[in-house]
Amino acid sequence: METYLWLIPTLPLVAFLANFTLGSRLPHRVPALVGIASVLVSLLLSLLVFNEVRTHAEPYNQDLYTWIPSGSFQVSIGFYVDQLTSLMLLIVTSVSLLVHIYSTGYMHGDPGTYRFFAYLPLFTFSMLMLVLANNFLELYVFWEAVGLCSYLLVGFWYYKRSASDAAMKAFIVNRVGDFGFGLGVILLFTTFGTLAYVPVFERAPDVAEAMLFLITLLLFTGSMGKSAQWPLHTWLPDAMEGPTPVSALIHAATMVTAGVYLVARANPLYNEAAGTLTVIAVIGLVTALLGATIALVQNDIKRVMAYSTISQLGYMFFALGIGAYISAIFHLFTHAFFKALLFLGAGSVMHGVGGETDMRKMGGLRRYMPQTFITLVIGSAALAGVPPLAGFWSKDEILGLAFVGHHYLIYALGTLASFFTAFYITRLVALTFLGTPRFDTRKMHPHESPLSMTGPLWVLAALSVVTGALVGIPPEDGWIHHFLEPVFAAHGGEAAGEAAHGGGFTPETVVLMLVATGVSLLGILLGLAVYAWRVPALDPSRWATRLSGVYKMLYNKYYFDELYDALLVRPSRALGNMLWRFDAQVVDGIVNGTARTTAGTGGGLRRLQSGFVGNYALSIGVGVVALIAYLFFS
Amino acid sequence: MYGDNTLGFPILSVVTLLPAVGALLIALIPKPATNAVRWTAVAVAGVDMLLMLLVLGSYTAGRPGFQLVERVEWARSLGLQYYLGVDGISILLYFLTALLSLVAVVYSFGNVEHRLKEYYAALLVLETGMLGVFVALDLVLFYVFFELTLIPMALLIAVWGHGRKMYSALKFFLYTFAGSLLMLAAIVSVYVQTSGQAGGPTLNYVDLVRQAPGWSSGFQTWMFWGFFFAFAVKMPLFPFHTWLPDAHVDAPTAGSVILAGVLLKMGGYGFLRWQIPLSPDASRQFAAVPITLSVIAILYGAYITLMQRDLKKLIAYSSVATMGFVVLGIFTFTTQGVQGALIQMVSHGLISGALFLGVGVIYERLHTREIAKLGGLATLMGPFAALFVILSLGNLGLPGLSAFVGEILVTVGAFIRNPLLAVPVYFYIVVSAAYMLWMVARVFYLGKPAGDHNLPPMNLWQETLPLAGLALLSVLIGVWATPFLQTMEPSVTGLLNYLGVPQDTGTAFTP
Repeated sequence: METYLWLIPTLPLVAFLANFTLGSRLPHRVPALVGIASVLVSLLLSLLVFNEVRTHAEPYNQDLYTWIPSGSFQVSIGFYVDQLTSLMLLIVTSVSLLVHIYSTGYMHGDPGTYRFFAYLPLFTFSMLMLVLANNFLELYVFWEAVGLCSYLLVGFWYYKRSASDAAMKAFIVNRVGDFGFGLGVILLFTTFGTLAYVPVFERAPDVAEAMLFLITLLLFTGSMGKSAQWPLHTWLPDAMEGPTPVSALIHAATMVTAGVYLVARANPLYNEAAGTLTVIAVIGLVTALLGATIALVQNDIKRVMAYSTISQLGYMFFALGIGAYISAIFHLFTHAFFKALLFLGAGSVMHGVGGETDMRKMGGLRRYMPQTFITLVIGSAALAGVPPLAGFWSKDEILGLAFVGHHYLIYALGTLASFFTAFYITRLVALTFLGTPRFDTRKMHPHESPLSMTGPLWVLAALSVVTGALVGIPPEDGWIHHFLEPVFAAHGGEAAGEAAHGGGFTPETVVLMLVATGVSLLGILLGLAVYAWRVPALDPSRWATRLSGVYKMLYNKYYFDELYDALLVRPSRALGNMLWRFDAQVVDGIVNGTARTTAGTGGGLRRLQSGFVGNYALSIGVGVVALIAYLFFS
Repeated sequence: MYGDNTLGFPILSVVTLLPAVGALLIALIPKPATNAVRWTAVAVAGVDMLLMLLVLGSYTAGRPGFQLVERVEWARSLGLQYYLGVDGISILLYFLTALLSLVAVVYSFGNVEHRLKEYYAALLVLETGMLGVFVALDLVLFYVFFELTLIPMALLIAVWGHGRKMYSALKFFLYTFAGSLLMLAAIVSVYVQTSGQAGGPTLNYVDLVRQAPGWSSGFQTWMFWGFFFAFAVKMPLFPFHTWLPDAHVDAPTAGSVILAGVLLKMGGYGFLRWQIPLSPDASRQFAAVPITLSVIAILYGAYITLMQRDLKKLIAYSSVATMGFVVLGIFTFTTQGVQGALIQMVSHGLISGALFLGVGVIYERLHTREIAKLGGLATLMGPFAALFVILSLGNLGLPGLSAFVGEILVTVGAFIRNPLLAVPVYFYIVVSAAYMLWMVARVFYLGKPAGDHNLPPMNLWQETLPLAGLALLSVLIGVWATPFLQTMEPSVTGLLNYLGVPQDTGTAFTP
């Protein structure tokens, strides 16, 4: 592994450097090819890593070089590879490759294409390093680096006010999370005397629980920012200003799951901090419901998906919170494929209708873009939890574990969120593809996307169908559980949730599966009844007026943006303004006042100014002479 | 004669005094030969930079104590010596001075017409002054070099500046000179103090650090405050910072580069080289004062930066916050804090020096620094925008550039000293992101510049290469801080040992 592991992140880095510096001078297809080639080779090498990890259970740990040596603060750049890493490598490289290919079609003709194919490999490099890191500061570094890539790509069309603002918001909100994360890393260092994973995880049980509670809570702040968990979720919907392939790769499949990865990676710490796990479960649950309810009423196709992502990440977090680490990663894995599919599908729709994202101006697109339609339906069904598609198995596992772990409230609310999920995604499909066109068919001629775009859609559709059943059957005891077990079992994880419960197709799980399936179908049927069959009693506009309070609340996303503006942004600005005035009038005022007094009258300043050079040369000369004279005669 | 110097000539003297000799040479060149003046200046700064590389090559990293020492008795009875040497605390700043001076001289090549000879003479004398500050090991010599920087800098602002240049130059001069006068008094009392002791009066560093721990607490207290103000004004530390924005806004570009890049560092260096060693007990006793002021400086500076509408002022105020990290790191008296402070000084020299250069690039073309009148430069000047944005990201502490290494080490040091210090300080990363990205969006992304302007392409030697080179150095420190930290390590450890601070030996933690 040592011989080729370093190539996995390095190749995309080289692609970035090449495209960033030379890209504008290369023929327009070359940057894309450079990007695709680098990620393809990284994917193949990741498969090799996966194969090695499958046969050798022991984690691989390697320091490449010492980065910051300062006293006992010794930080290296290195690699840590275990089953979790290898799985993340596969997810990142495979989705990244598909997004690269898709983008050749989607970004065709954009004058900034070379920049796009520079930032995309830069992101891939950063994300790969994030999952490969072998210590917490290295993790933090690439955590910020993926944030930078997100900033660059959300603001790709930087001359657009909305894109530029969204990029800035994404970065700053993430910095709020990183403020806690960074302090957590420092506290980790002062507690353990090191930041390397291996010794930290070994010694975790010896550290006081209160300290671990604080450390893990601070680390989790970072997760809340990166994974858009309430109350730091507001940046993700705005991040949809970026090109849609970016939304698929960064804001659905990979970067936003970094927060989940962090908790799973640091599971030896979290296992010793029960309080933090409870906090995570609560925040995850709140976010799952928050995202799902907002998604019910949004009209922008990408924003619906963004809130859906927020909600699905919430599922992963409450899974982590109840100690079901492997199920959380399982959901991360399936979600990466079907959510990337949904976003790329949305991109294909936008590509076909000239960039429109308002679903109220769509409808009946099924006839114009059948391939996009079918693949998007598959992705939607996977998200809704229709068996036997991928999302069903992973979501069912999380809810099932909540139930058997006696977390009935979590189970109930999670199931409610899953009903909403089925409803809003059905609404999305119905508004977009079904019914009759709500646009002017004489002016707009929607068309199917080229093969470079539909190809990745089909690949992801296939993955969305099979991955769940392939790695997740039987429930709670599937291949993925055996594969990932060493990551968590080594430190006594998973014990609470799963070991007590054998998993497999027990009567209990079968009943739970039937309930979950029923809830999904109910949501889908209701969605179809309202938006496809247009049952008059269920007319959405009537319900919107009847429940106008609720509707407005959801439509305005619970007013979090307004709230933060009033509570944080404005006061900050006011404080800055106040300090600035204080600085000019008081601090500087005293200085100038002193000078004026010293110079005698107000006109003194003017007088001093005139003979400027001579005076000062003189005064310094006098100073030195006085000193030397003093030395001589003392 | 030259200590451990195997080169056979006194290299520190040559490097330090060469620019002043160059200034004399320039004075001899007839006025109309403007290109001869320019080329002479470039040659002098360039040769000095090459010699600086020789200094780096002759310097043995990882060895404690001073190297390349030159020591000549000046007046034995007075205890005055011509005494030069570099160690881990000074070598990087010494190097930075030559580098940024070269950048300033090269940048000025096509941009300055007015009183050319005087301009370059001032710039080169300034360089000698700054270089001398970092290698002088005798207090009087140090003081002379320290003051020598004052006049040319004030002249650069007053003669070649913009706006209220007289006011700003005067303010700069009087403010820093007032601080220096107190230091002069402190130096005199050192002389008085040591003249009563065996071995006669002495003002050289090595003798002083041997005696200082024995000084009474009253005298040490006087030493602490006597030196404190001179360096606090220079840094500048809150609340002594108000000269800085004025000086920067009105200084010519090269002046700003030097001012931000090197002059401010003389304050941080002064703390480490003179103030703390001459008042070891008092420094420990009063450390809470500079620490408190630096924490205020970081947040106060950051919040004020948020409100700036002038590009140069924005970077100037952000320097107040950044330099706050330097003071904080130094007075934590931890390995991480002091090393972080030194890295932060070098980093700030590279990043803010380059940013001020970038402001000059913009000003030359658009004749404004008002953010509201700028815009869309990413589209109009792509490669320049890329460099400037990278440097801006460095300034907001993005990992991978040098400022992050400094900030994280200082924060670690602050945390070790008192965890509650680290919390407000680290909030800086949120505010700094806000003002830098706000600026980037307004200047580079959105809209377009007011009025009709012709935007000539970047000049390779004067603009692109200096910017790219400084950015690359910052990235180098950011991704591989090891050689830099190892170079300063023995001197930092020596200083902390001297202070009697419990040593951080690097042994692993055992729970």
